[in-house]
Amino acid sequence: MLSIDNLHASVENKSILNGISLDVKAGEVHAIMGPNGSGKSTLSSVIAGSEEYEVTKGTILLNGEDIEELDAESRAHKGIFLSFQYPVEIPGVTVTNFIKTAINASRKAQGLDEMPAKDMLKKIRDKANLLEIDSRFLSRSLNQGFSGGEKKRNEIFQMAMLDPKLAILDETDSGLDIDALRIVANGVNKLRNENNAIVVITHYQRLLDYIVPDFVHVLHEGKIVKSGTKELALELEEKGYDWIKKGA
Amino acid sequence: MQLEEKLMSSFVAFESEVDTLAPVHDVREKALKSFEKLGFPTKKNEEWKYTPLNTLLKEDFHIFSKHDNTIEFKEVKQYFIHDIDTFKIVFVDGVYNSFLSETTHEGADICLLSAALTQSKYKKVIADYFNQMAAENDAFTSLNTAFAKEGAYIYIPEKKILEKPIQIIHFSTGNDAALMLQPRNLIVVGKQAEVQIIERHQSLSSQKVFTNSVTEIYADQRAQVDYYKIQNDQEEASLIDNTYIRQEKESHAKVHTFSFGGKLTRNNLNFFHNDERIESTLKGITIIENKQLVDHHTLVHHASPNCESHQDYKGIYADTSTGVFNGKVIVEKEAQKTNAFQQNNNILIDDKATINSKPQLEIFADDVKCSHGCTIGQLDEDALFYLRTRGIPKKEAKALMTYAFANNVLESVQIPSVKSRINKIIATKLGVDLGFDV
Repeated sequence: MLSIDNLHASVENKSILNGISLDVKAGEVHAIMGPNGSGKSTLSSVIAGSEEYEVTKGTILLNGEDIEELDAESRAHKGIFLSFQYPVEIPGVTVTNFIKTAINASRKAQGLDEMPAKDMLKKIRDKANLLEIDSRFLSRSLNQGFSGGEKKRNEIFQMAMLDPKLAILDETDSGLDIDALRIVANGVNKLRNENNAIVVITHYQRLLDYIVPDFVHVLHEGKIVKSGTKELALELEEKGYDWIKKGA
Repeated sequence: MQLEEKLMSSFVAFESEVDTLAPVHDVREKALKSFEKLGFPTKKNEEWKYTPLNTLLKEDFHIFSKHDNTIEFKEVKQYFIHDIDTFKIVFVDGVYNSFLSETTHEGADICLLSAALTQSKYKKVIADYFNQMAAENDAFTSLNTAFAKEGAYIYIPEKKILEKPIQIIHFSTGNDAALMLQPRNLIVVGKQAEVQIIERHQSLSSQKVFTNSVTEIYADQRAQVDYYKIQNDQEEASLIDNTYIRQEKESHAKVHTFSFGGKLTRNNLNFFHNDERIESTLKGITIIENKQLVDHHTLVHHASPNCESHQDYKGIYADTSTGVFNGKVIVEKEAQKTNAFQQNNNILIDDKATINSKPQLEIFADDVKCSHGCTIGQLDEDALFYLRTRGIPKKEAKALMTYAFANNVLESVQIPSVKSRINKIIATKLGVDLGFDV
């Protein structure tokens, strides 16, 4: 699904990613952990096509296709989804209208007609139920005045609607209390299947109690310094990141 | 010949068309003297510093139009709000067009100023209100007064709630070459009466046209005035709009100005408070491009206690367009417990676009709440990235962000047809289909 090889990226000539290699197959969940400033969010932004960073070396392949030249929207059309740590507020555009616009933009890019209104409504209703989202929530302006939990739940709702091949969840647990965390994680688990892959980016292990990864990678100074199975996350929780930093 | 001289010498010809014995003619003559003394403002005038008039005033405008310019409704239907029932006062090249209009004298007078200025039954209203609100020391207003002859006359008597909005539309055909138009509107809204008005100036050709418009509005006690100005004219059309509103106790007046077109547009929007617990709302959306210029000069004169004013202007400027916002708020010593708020937020789409924003607060009372805020920026890159990761292409993402930016101004629009029309104009202006209606 996703194959990253020796990826280097920088912002304003400052190197942030220093040779990342990662292989994610369909049906897998990968967790990327690391201390603050290790390059976790940069990695997710670079995969999603942010123009803020310059890829200086290496390749990113999605199902064998080099996506480096593609802009963010084209990557989204190919099935990449990024759940933001800080989702953007858009006054005057409701959750429903926003998701309609997004879905129809993708369909248009694929040469399809707009989704019929009836099908759209049904899909919205189904996915809202899945994430325990109240219908009133859907007619509010996107992210405006949302609590931390509502914002994250809305991100996962968008993921459910867009049905991506590869979903990257950037610090989805930050700002969530335990109940919100459980709802969000349950939603993600319900969306997991053998045809999609999920990359969970997190500072803490606690999210991984709910979204259980197949593989865990530890990022430090823009490199993956250790990879393992879910036990690695527990070990990190116990020993802290200093253990990795010393080893690196 | 310079336009100024041409205007002065045309006055004699103008006099042959009006009743020079009517009392209002004294007002005209006085205004002409005032204009002669003031002359057109230059860049040295602080109020016109960022809005140069020299190119406009160099044009050889015709002062009078031919009188036989007819147009078919189907040619101009798109410029009306046509999906709801409305009263209509329509002018073509400054001349009333009865075929396109729908006026009334039942329950309210919705008709022509030319009739009101000449017929005896309107004598008292004209004596009481005509030129009573307009400024005497403003060149364009004086010029308009000197040539005041035609425009909309609206009189809503006490407690009358007008059931449908009124559209005032000025078309120019371009058949006469470059033309100068000077419409004059008088609107008197009685105690507890309510009215909604939509005003539009529309050129039907690429010919140059210069409109110098004056509108006087009187809102009596507890009256409600809801006024919409749609400025989406051709690129050779220039407009100087002078609007004066006087409000009495507990009245509420709202003016929305949507500026999307034209070459040079100057809005002088003035509110005067005569008594307590008055509310004034001034909102605007400006979206312009190329070499267009839109200038909003607002004035709210708080002269009595316990009144409120809300100003919210959003501007989006592309290419080498220029915006001006000058928001003046005066709070007199007597006007204690005034709440006066002012916001002006701008987005510059291109590096060469300009906005000159100047809040001007003159506060002489000590127990007031006054605030002003001004921002100038570009679209937020992080926000654009967010939308693009959802599959929304850059252009649409920008439009959506721009739309969201302007949105809170649309929220207060009370006529759904106007709201959706403005929404559509914005979408067209931004070159995208938003994919949904508001």
